[in-house]
Amino acid sequence: MKAHTLQVLVENRAGVLSRVAGLFSRRGFNIESLTVGTCEEPGMSRMTIVVLGDDAEVEQVKKQLNKLIDVIKVSDITERSTVDRELALIKVSADTGDSRAEVMQIANIFRAQIIDVGTRSVILEVTGDTEKIDALEILLRQYGIKEFVRTGKIALLRGSKGTKGQK
Amino acid sequence: MKTGARLLIEGLQREGAETIFGYPGGSVLPIYDELYDTPIRHILVRHEQAAAHAADGYARASGRVGVCLATSGPGACNLVTGIATAYMDSVPMVAITGQVPTSMLGNDAFQESDITGITMPITKHNYLVKHAGDLPQVVRDAFYIAGTGRQGPVLIDIPKDVMTAQLEETPLVGTARLRGYQPTYEGHALQIEKAVGLITEADRPILYVGGGVIASGASGEVRRLAELMLIPITTTLMGLGAVPCDHPLNLGMIGMHGTEAANYAVTECDLLIAVGVRFDDRVTGKIDAFAPNARIIHIDIDPAEIGKNRPVDVPIVGDATSVLQGVIRRLVRKDGRDGWLDRVRRWKESGIAGGEASDALSPAYIIREMSDLLGETGIIVTEVGQNQMWAAQHYCFRRPRTWISSGGLGTMGYGFPAAIGAHFARPEETVVDVAGDGSFQMNIQELGTVVQYDVPVKVVILNNMYLGMVRQWQELFYDRRYSYTELPPVDFVGIARAYGVDGMQVEEKADVRTALKTAFETEGPFVLDFRIEREANVFPMVPAGAAINEMIGRRQG
Repeated sequence: MKAHTLQVLVENRAGVLSRVAGLFSRRGFNIESLTVGTCEEPGMSRMTIVVLGDDAEVEQVKKQLNKLIDVIKVSDITERSTVDRELALIKVSADTGDSRAEVMQIANIFRAQIIDVGTRSVILEVTGDTEKIDALEILLRQYGIKEFVRTGKIALLRGSKGTKGQK
Repeated sequence: MKTGARLLIEGLQREGAETIFGYPGGSVLPIYDELYDTPIRHILVRHEQAAAHAADGYARASGRVGVCLATSGPGACNLVTGIATAYMDSVPMVAITGQVPTSMLGNDAFQESDITGITMPITKHNYLVKHAGDLPQVVRDAFYIAGTGRQGPVLIDIPKDVMTAQLEETPLVGTARLRGYQPTYEGHALQIEKAVGLITEADRPILYVGGGVIASGASGEVRRLAELMLIPITTTLMGLGAVPCDHPLNLGMIGMHGTEAANYAVTECDLLIAVGVRFDDRVTGKIDAFAPNARIIHIDIDPAEIGKNRPVDVPIVGDATSVLQGVIRRLVRKDGRDGWLDRVRRWKESGIAGGEASDALSPAYIIREMSDLLGETGIIVTEVGQNQMWAAQHYCFRRPRTWISSGGLGTMGYGFPAAIGAHFARPEETVVDVAGDGSFQMNIQELGTVVQYDVPVKVVILNNMYLGMVRQWQELFYDRRYSYTELPPVDFVGIARAYGVDGMQVEEKADVRTALKTAFETEGPFVLDFRIEREANVFPMVPAGAAINEMIGRRQG
């Protein structure tokens, strides 16, 4: 089992997310993360889907996705040169002076922003690839993570080439 | 000024829908009001499930898109089994449902159901139309999606206020242009070249053809390829009729209730040419032992079917007709496969010499008599279970679209309404529904429809007072513990007469031919209740999970 990153261009229409999500659950595909939002093409959205499976399974995922009328193009960008990012918000306990200073120091190293300060906690905002966010989460655990939310991965191909176009 | 309902009807007419099957209700009243004076013929069924099956039977018999119509909530939900049946067998269908007004959507209003949500996994695509102005283009696109590529059902859900909305201007309808849907029809030249190479090299090739050949109209191409290269053919259940049953190269049906010849030949072949098939579990049995020594060429219009259940050597995405034409064009006739053909012929001969004749009223005998009487004419529709398998095994199909049966979903109650649909598609043909006493009772209310429109469908009930196929499995695999599979006798002729349909009960083998003749010569509908031997089985049979050459039982005499 390996994580594959799919970039899926879809019609920006009601129901398209449930068509895609329903396909994954119905056919027993393992979805790791799914993000969706509007993109540079009017009327289209771009999804980044991280799916777990061997090559044959992911091939079947791609083919089934392509069968959906609202799916315009599916690209597997796993093996290609990409930039990928996730955004995470982490609410960390910081009720003593020492821990607060340490959390701020760690945030600094990870280039995370402190975007809210309470009397007993702070909220960090961090962007980066999946591994970086995982690493930060592990480091912050000792102070007590009260809440943690992340967007899932988004990705683009490096260079001027894109994944747009007809399927 | 035009209403949404008017635009829908005009759309249906534009797409050439001349017969639709439906059942009215509160949320579709505006559509029914429009139907009142249009040339579109509407057939009022007795249950919405029958509307969907009738549209399906209409589509399978004609090759055109079938249309059904139902109201919101329960009406729409009753279509679901019929839509799923069409989806599994890739049947082109447009289902239209009424919906509660847009202002009430999501409020659990009276007779509201989220039918687009419900049918998402069983439609090729579906629409919830929120603006009347969208209707003309949606109808155009829906028919295009349903009837092209790998065909399938499309549902259009229309809220009542969208039907009644008044539009000043009639929206223009363009050609269907869907940027996310472009089916591939032409096979890749390089792949075709590779297929030609494999076919030329092969010593023991087999053609394995299915419903895709019927849908594509590729029967002639299959036959030409087989005759040119002397390749034996086996068809799936869905492919019956693609090649005449008595063609010397036809080995008959493959799979769980296939012939010895087909199952042995596929197991021993060195090249499997799969056309319009999907390597279904009822065909392959244990998948690892299916054509274990063969290289595989797989031709299908749906790329997702290729490599889904079995890796293939030469995948060709495209329409069966055009791909096979490309293959045939490049082939040079090859002889020298006499050993293989002899071997296959011996299996074929030993398989036919079945059990000895007895006086019992056997279902096989009834089907064979029927086949003999109808000859080149007739469309055989079936229910699901033993009746379906006996019809598949013993009827001699000679033309495409003369065999109509629920293969993928295996829907009991399918046959009778589908037969009604088939009649409206091809009124000149004798349409027979081969039924069991269990299946027939699932949509027996359609006797009402048959009487109302004088549909001359002949129902041939193979009545064993059991849910026969389940009983057979209980006999073979559950130590004869017949748990809830026995049905009390029913006076089917009495029921038919109460509706106004003529019928006859038959108990003796000697009366079979006369009874069938009477039914076929009667102008209107007819119900034949054959009281067959109760514990007749469908043989040969491949037990679930076994390899297809591990058959039990012999074909019945």
